Amino acid sequence: MKQKKKMTSTGFLLLITIVLFFVMYAAGMVIFADKGFAKPQMFLNLFVSNAGLLVIACGLTIVMITGGIDISVGSVTALVCMVMADLMENKGASAYVAVLAALGIGLLFGIVQGYLVTYMGIQPFIVTLAGMFFGRGLTAIISTDMIAIKNKLFLKWANYRFYMPFGSTNKKGKFIPAYIPPTVVIALIVVLLCAILLKYRKFGRKLYAIGGNKQSALMMGLDVKKTMFKAYVLNGFLAGLGGFLFCLNSCAGFVEQAKGLEMDAISSAVIGGTLLSGGVGTPIGTMFGVLIKGTISSLITAQGSLSSWWVRIVLSALLCFFIVIQSVLASAKKKK
Amino acid sequence: MNNSRLKKITSARLFLPIVCLIAVLLINVIKTPDFFNVSIRNGVLYGYIIDVINRASELVILAVGMTLVTAASGGQDISVGAVMAVAAAVGCQILSGGQTSVTEYQNPLILAVLAALLAAALCGAFNGFLVAKLHIQPMVATLILYTAGRGIAQLVTNGQITYIRVDSYKMAGGYIGKCPIPTPIFFAIVTVVIVALILKKTALGLYIESVGINGKAARLVGLNSTMIKFLTYVICGVLAGIAGIVASSRIYSADANNIGLNLEMDAILAVALGGNFLGGGKFSLVGSVIGAYTIQALTTTLYAMNVKADQLPVYKAIVVIIIVTLQSEVFKKFIAGLKNKKASGTVAEGGQKA
Repeated sequence: MKQKKKMTSTGFLLLITIVLFFVMYAAGMVIFADKGFAKPQMFLNLFVSNAGLLVIACGLTIVMITGGIDISVGSVTALVCMVMADLMENKGASAYVAVLAALGIGLLFGIVQGYLVTYMGIQPFIVTLAGMFFGRGLTAIISTDMIAIKNKLFLKWANYRFYMPFGSTNKKGKFIPAYIPPTVVIALIVVLLCAILLKYRKFGRKLYAIGGNKQSALMMGLDVKKTMFKAYVLNGFLAGLGGFLFCLNSCAGFVEQAKGLEMDAISSAVIGGTLLSGGVGTPIGTMFGVLIKGTISSLITAQGSLSSWWVRIVLSALLCFFIVIQSVLASAKKKK
Repeated sequence: MNNSRLKKITSARLFLPIVCLIAVLLINVIKTPDFFNVSIRNGVLYGYIIDVINRASELVILAVGMTLVTAASGGQDISVGAVMAVAAAVGCQILSGGQTSVTEYQNPLILAVLAALLAAALCGAFNGFLVAKLHIQPMVATLILYTAGRGIAQLVTNGQITYIRVDSYKMAGGYIGKCPIPTPIFFAIVTVVIVALILKKTALGLYIESVGINGKAARLVGLNSTMIKFLTYVICGVLAGIAGIVASSRIYSADANNIGLNLEMDAILAVALGGNFLGGGKFSLVGSVIGAYTIQALTTTLYAMNVKADQLPVYKAIVVIIIVTLQSEVFKKFIAGLKNKKASGTVAEGGQKA
C-alpha cells in the first residue's frame, strides 16, 4: 500500500518506529503524569538504564547488516561483569585492568565467533548459540555467588554525574538539575561513531553491499570474508564495552545477569528498522528501538501491578509484529 | 556394516554418533567400574545406566522433533524448552483448577493432557507459520517464543509453581504400578517408534528431505513445501509438549522457570551429534536418538565429576563447536585436500540409511 509513494520500505519502517516511540512516551506522560513521566530526568533515564544495551545493540546492528546474527551478547555481558567483579574484588586488580579485561573478552569472543562464521562457513546462529552457553557457563565457573563491586575508583566512575542545564523542581520548589552518568555519554558517542562508520566510511558501505547481496559484493571485488570477520570482531568489542557499561550500572557480577539481553538487543535492532535478511539498518534506528524497549519497561514498572515478565512478552509481540511487517514489505517488493 | 572396509565404516552416517556414545561410555566405565551394574531396589531397576536412559527420555523426544525441523527448514527450533514449560503450565493449571497445590484432579486428566498438547501444537504452529509462510530464519522466528514462552507459562500459572500431588499424575515421570522400568523410557520408545513408522509408511520422510535439500525444486515437482515445513514445526511443538508433560510429571508440578531449561541446546546437540547436517536435507532419526543418549550420558558423567549444573553448558558448547566444525564444508575440503587420492570417497553420503 505504501509502495506507490516515494518513501522506501526501510524509511517507512524507521518512521513507524519513531512515531511509535513518541506515541508510547506521550501516552505514558498522559496516563502516568503523577509518576513523573513528564520530567526530563525520566526521559534521560531511558538512556541511563539502557546505556549498555545501546552499545550492544549497535554492535549487533552491524552484524545484522551483513546478514548475520549474534545471540551470545547477553552471556558475554554476564561474563564481562563477572570477570570485572572477580578481578577487582578477589584478585585485587585495579579498575583499569578490569576494563581492559572486559574489552579483551569481548574482542576474543568476536574473533573466535567471527572466524568460525566467516572462514569456517558455519551458521552464525549455531556458533553464537554455543558462544551464549559457553559464556554463561564460564560465568558460573568463575563464581556461582553474586560478587558486589566495592572498588573505589570503579564506584567513582559509576556514580559520576554530568548535570544538565535543565531539570525539574521538586515538591519544595527546589530546582533539581537533570543528569546523565558517563555511561550515557560513552553510549551516545558509540552510536554516533557507528552511524558515521556505516554511512561515510568504506568499511560501512562494504557491509551494506555484502548484506544486500553477498554474491554481487564478491563479484564487485569486495573482500567479503575479511569484511564480515571485521564486523564480528567489532561486534564482539562493542559487546565487551557494552558489558562494561552494564557493569557500571549494576556494580555486581552474577550468573543470571543480563539474561535475555540478546533478545532485547535483537528486538531493538529489528524494531529500529534493521532487516533480518541483512543489507538494511542504521544505528540511529536501533537507538529508537532501544528507547522503545526502555519505554515499555518504564510503562510496565509505572503501572505497578504487572510483573516484570510482561516486558518480555510485550517486547516479543512487538518484535513479531515488526518481523511480519518486514516480511510483508519484502514480498510486496518482490511482486512489484 | 562390520564387514565392509574401514573407510566405508568411517564414512557411514552413524559412525560419528556411535563412536561418541562408545567414547562417553568408556570414560564412564573407567571412572566408575559399576557403571553397567543394574540391580533391583524397592522393586524398580536401579543403576547408572538406567538413570541415563531414564533421564534422556525428554531429550530423545525433543531430538526427534528437532531432527524433522532441521531437515525440512535447515534451521533449529530454539523454543522447545519454553514450549515444554508452556505445555506443563497449561496441563497443571487445568488439573489444579487454578489452585497452587492439589491432591485431587479438579478436571479430567485426559482434558489436561489434550489441552497441554494443543497449547504446544499452537506454539509449534506459530513458529511454523513464521518460518514456512513468512520465510523468516527459523532461529529468529523461534527466538520469539524462546523468550516469551516462559513468560506465557508464568502467566498461565499466575507466577506460581502449581503442584499436582496425585499418584496417577506422577506415573508419567515415575513408574506404572509394579513395572520396574521407569515410564519415561516407554514414552521415548513409543514416540520414536510412532514417528519412525509415520516417516517409513508414508512418504513424509522423503518429502521432508527433499524440501530440506532444495525447497524450490521440491515445489516444482509438486510438493507443498510450505505445508511440509509448517507440519514439521507443529510436530516439533507437539513432541515438546509430550516432553513437557513427562518433565512436569517427574516433579509433579509446573515450574515455568526450570522445566526444559537449556534443553534446546541439548536437543540441537543431539541432532548434530547424530550425524545430521544442521543445514537441512537428509536426516537420520536413529542418529539423533543415539545422539540424545550420548548427551545424557555426557551430562551424567559431568555431574559425576562434580561439575555444577550452571557450568555444564561450557563443555556442551565446546562439543557443539567441534561437531559443526567437523561438519563444515571448509573442513571437509581440507580433509579432501589431504586425501587427494580419491576425492569423492570422503563425501559422507554412503552408508546405510536408518
